[in-house]
Amino acid sequence: MGIANSVLDAVRTEMGRHPGTYPCKIGVRIGEMAAIDQDALRFCFEAMILETDLSSLELAIEVCPRRHRCQACAREFVVRDYDSRCPQCASLETVCISGDELELAYLEVEEYEPSAVGEKSS
Amino acid sequence: MNRVPLEKKVLSENDRLAAELRARFQEHGVLCLNLISSPGSGKTSLLERTLELLPRRDRVAVLTGDIQTENDANRLKRFHFPVKQITTGGTCHLDARMIERHLADWRLEDLDLLFIENVGNLVCPSSYDLGEAAKVVVLSVTEGEDKPLKYPSIFFKSDLLVLSKIDLLPYVPFDIEVAAENARKVHPGMEIVKVSCLMGNGLHEWMMWLGERRRAHKSLVQQTAS
Repeated sequence: MGIANSVLDAVRTEMGRHPGTYPCKIGVRIGEMAAIDQDALRFCFEAMILETDLSSLELAIEVCPRRHRCQACAREFVVRDYDSRCPQCASLETVCISGDELELAYLEVEEYEPSAVGEKSS
Repeated sequence: MNRVPLEKKVLSENDRLAAELRARFQEHGVLCLNLISSPGSGKTSLLERTLELLPRRDRVAVLTGDIQTENDANRLKRFHFPVKQITTGGTCHLDARMIERHLADWRLEDLDLLFIENVGNLVCPSSYDLGEAAKVVVLSVTEGEDKPLKYPSIFFKSDLLVLSKIDLLPYVPFDIEVAAENARKVHPGMEIVKVSCLMGNGLHEWMMWLGERRRAHKSLVQQTAS
């Protein structure tokens, strides 16, 4: 719920910079190590926008896998089943470079139709 | 339709506050540790034994978080160190704002070590930076040895795993080596101590780890200051 609230706060802040438009879609990037349950986030998000000015806002979630870089041969690879061994040189000296994202990627906004603007201001 | 790139963290406001807290802890030489576990894994018991073992002159304080009640703070106050309860009133984790607010009437220059006992939950607390120097995750042997695989984030982000209630090992089907192996799958090289707060086993190793972190933090702070 806190995460969904932070996403919506960010949308509202960003909308202040785009007068004459309304938000359609918010893109969020979630790493598989970020401890965010997608369904729970979607559920909270939808519950929180219900009957508000953001009720038509769509949530797009992109899941990012855990990636490591090998310290020995610099190969970058996706870690599956917690196997962090380098697939190229078998070194165990690898470091995590991504996979714990919890980021706002983009916001899609649409311009109000002139008539809709009129309705909005009335 | 127009797509506006945002490229910022969802919890950027929390992260900003946490960075401010971290800078203040650093400035005043306070080592801050964030203790995280499921409810009932033994965070408060570990803190009770720790406060009991620390010299009375040590400059230590505890912030303890729960959804309701002052029970934990009351348990910890009897050791005569400053303790404050944070009741979140429903929120399942602590955030940096709550820490900032509850620290307001303590002078950080009077502290060397601050424990934050998070709300019992293995999920959400791992997303909220509190400005700590390290997270410590507690897992009791009455849970499951696959917890690190099921809840990888917190094991990945914690510097130390405390396997607690090891006095119960003869009575539960918990393979402690498998648990340690699972934790190190998620977090290669993770440090692990095995303790029983009831019987006292392993508390020496925990206090050694704590002492080592306090020394390392002190020398880091001195280096930065000079």
